[in-house]
Amino acid sequence: MVRFVAARLTSGIILVVVVSAISFWLIYLGSGDIARTIVGDGATDEQVVVKAQELGLDQPIAAQFLMWSSRAIIGDFGVSWFTNQGISTLITAKLPVTLSIAVGSSLVSAAVGIALGVAAALRRGWLDRALQIVAIVGFALPGFWFALVLVATLSVQAGLFPATGYVPLSASPSGWLSSLVLPVASLAIGVTAAIAQQVRSAVIDVLRQDYIRSLRSRGLSGSQIVFKHALRNASPSALTVLSLQFINLLGGAVIIERIFALPGLGQMTLDATVQGDVPVIMAIIVFTIVIVVVVNLILDVAYGWLNPKVRIA
Amino acid sequence: MTSALATTGIATAQRQDRRGTVARLLRNPLGVIAIVIIVLVTLASLLATWLTPHSPAVTDLANVLAPPSIEHLLGGDGVGRDVLARLLHGGQTSLAAGAITVIVAAAIGVPLGLAAGYYGGRFDAVARTVSDALVALPAIIVLLVVMAILGSQMALTMAVFGVMIAPGFFRLTRAATMRVRNELYVDAARVTGLSDMRIMTRHVMRVVRAPIIIQASMMFGVGISIQAGLAFLGLGDPNQASWGSMLDDAFANIYAAPDLVIAPGLAIGITVGAFAILGNALRDALEDDDAQSDTNPEDIDAVVGDHVRATASGEDIVLEVAGLEVSYPYPGGERMVVSDVTFSVARGEVLGLVGESGSGKSQSAFAVLGLLPREAEARWSGLRIAGESIPSGDARRRDLAGRRIAYVPQEPMSNLDPTFRVGDQISEPLRRHRRLGKRAAWNQAVELLARVGIPDPDGVARSYPHQISGGMAQRVLIAIAISCEPDVLIADEPTTALDVTVQAEILDLLRRLRVENGMAIVLVTHDFGVVADICDRVAVMRHGQLLEAGETSEVFDAPSHPYTRALLDAGLEGKAPFSRLSEKVTR
Repeated sequence: MVRFVAARLTSGIILVVVVSAISFWLIYLGSGDIARTIVGDGATDEQVVVKAQELGLDQPIAAQFLMWSSRAIIGDFGVSWFTNQGISTLITAKLPVTLSIAVGSSLVSAAVGIALGVAAALRRGWLDRALQIVAIVGFALPGFWFALVLVATLSVQAGLFPATGYVPLSASPSGWLSSLVLPVASLAIGVTAAIAQQVRSAVIDVLRQDYIRSLRSRGLSGSQIVFKHALRNASPSALTVLSLQFINLLGGAVIIERIFALPGLGQMTLDATVQGDVPVIMAIIVFTIVIVVVVNLILDVAYGWLNPKVRIA
Repeated sequence: MTSALATTGIATAQRQDRRGTVARLLRNPLGVIAIVIIVLVTLASLLATWLTPHSPAVTDLANVLAPPSIEHLLGGDGVGRDVLARLLHGGQTSLAAGAITVIVAAAIGVPLGLAAGYYGGRFDAVARTVSDALVALPAIIVLLVVMAILGSQMALTMAVFGVMIAPGFFRLTRAATMRVRNELYVDAARVTGLSDMRIMTRHVMRVVRAPIIIQASMMFGVGISIQAGLAFLGLGDPNQASWGSMLDDAFANIYAAPDLVIAPGLAIGITVGAFAILGNALRDALEDDDAQSDTNPEDIDAVVGDHVRATASGEDIVLEVAGLEVSYPYPGGERMVVSDVTFSVARGEVLGLVGESGSGKSQSAFAVLGLLPREAEARWSGLRIAGESIPSGDARRRDLAGRRIAYVPQEPMSNLDPTFRVGDQISEPLRRHRRLGKRAAWNQAVELLARVGIPDPDGVARSYPHQISGGMAQRVLIAIAISCEPDVLIADEPTTALDVTVQAEILDLLRRLRVENGMAIVLVTHDFGVVADICDRVAVMRHGQLLEAGETSEVFDAPSHPYTRALLDAGLEGKAPFSRLSEKVTR
């Protein structure tokens, strides 16, 4: 198990390094005369050169990357070129918002998706058919469309939930929860459908296995067979979808944050990419990948725990 | 020569299969609806210019947020553009986005997957690492960065997205290729000197094609969704109408005209949904293929004549089965797989239920145990287990299962739950039926393992099923079966999956346990050697009915039915395989 985790961790670190190097190189290659953009069109050539020197843009790209990464390693991502704010503080302020949405949606969809999937696998019949339809609808309609519909109905017309804004958990737990309901719900619909679908087919598959018949022959109760044995054997495939879906959720959060005017990484990413704020973009890339690596590591450990063949080679 | 023939044979078979798949797809109403929708959406967007007199870009102040009218069937948007025109023209953008995504992803993923799966080795390792890395990147965020660098051309952005989801094709193709690679006919093709390239295109692609098409159908939809998301963020080409930018406009006017979200939302939903349904329908059509090749339980012929009964003469009868029938629903009726089977077993006695595959012997055993699949129907005129009578057709064995009647399966490995320790699996019935505590049950489990002759019971109890051998696993299953000291043990081909030496050991174990526990054993087998070795009485089954029954020695010395004689002759020739018996492995 330790070796398994170590291997995953190493590949995660390599991923962070490689992706940030490639992004760094691409961004520099693609973003033209950054110094001029920052100082503005009215500035003299001299001012542009000074700005470029100040930002280290006159150095070769490898040297710039080394400089950047040596600081990034200790968590110093520099300041935004456009707002001059410290990026690390900026991100730590915004990260909780995005993580609340992404993690909240993951948990909600895992709970609902597993319950629906198991029920559909056991009952079949109408519930199963309904789930098939929900799965297709959830796949076919993007989360942000659900968000628009929820805003138009539940907040604009019914006034049940705030249409926009974020309340920090520390300010008011109930306010926090109610500001998250709609964003989480709109993202969770698609993910729930995907998980339910996967769990359904995994449970059906497991229930066909020989060992389930043997368990039945031993007079164990139906719920023990389903919840202890079938679910445990079906859960690795649920985890696999969940880890893929979590990555999609991080992306989906960008769009959802715009609709609900949530001050998360999404709006920041949007602004930074539109402006070409390289240090901010780089920091966002690193942070997202680290989050993905950490979440996948947690899911991998859970996977190994559920699946002794992985744990004990 | 032979191999060439063999490969052509398979190729023809597959071609026929494929025609069958398309036909099945067209017979599935959902599949047809999906295809019709996709064709209609494509036509509507391609013919947009002719279908509506309005331009998707022209603004008309009089038409700002206008409700639907004869002139503007779907009304106007936030800046007075015709919604219908934008919807139709937007379809072009969406379909192009989906197409670019799929084409780029397939063009990269499929060849690399083929190569990685076929050659393996270092190339495979590198390709897999890159693929895993791509999967770990959140698409939207990467695309935002890409658009910041490369500008907002839709085609380029979607091409990058295609690269990002190429792992979807890569993984699928790689896995399928690896499976096919080890098939005999690919080996044969290799031996006959076909080049790698030809093997891949001719043999591997043929198998991989179907899952790729299904995946493509799904990814087309994903491409449409992502493009819509980006356009919604205002990052699309502003001069290009698209469903995403329509939603952006709807969002801007969500207080004034919330209805604007409906048309583009439905357009996305219906189109992406149609692709998803098409993918599902394709998958179902292919799965039907597999299902049809599955052997159905053989139907039985007309009644053979005399009613043979394998009833015990002993005093203490623990299992009585009378007039057992098992049938399966079948298009246009029922299929009877067991008919009028009557037998009984006394305490301490071993009854052999013998027959070839499809004779109904396993079905009879499962019916007694209440373990038939859901769709099967079992009826009987009498079923008594350990003195308790069970109403006809009732699959529940309530207090009996695991306590009075137990089951030893054929395939030891697949009958243990891979995720629980052996000791836990033995403990489970003990804890339930004997109400033992966790510790006590575990200790009892270790004792049972020692009783069934496992040398290191402590170690085996702590092991997971994949860590022990097949013979050991069968001992574990026997230990579980006897854990609550049942009166009847039904063993379904308990030695068939094992090596010859292990077979003998398992039979010895059963013999010993029968004496020690005074159990009755029903041994389902196709092997007369096993019958001769352990059974007191034997009942021969064919076509779901009992043909002959009696003391083992009598039946062996003077078989009354010609079929039994034939079976005996075939079986006792020793090494010569049972002509029909060995063709299929009995489940």
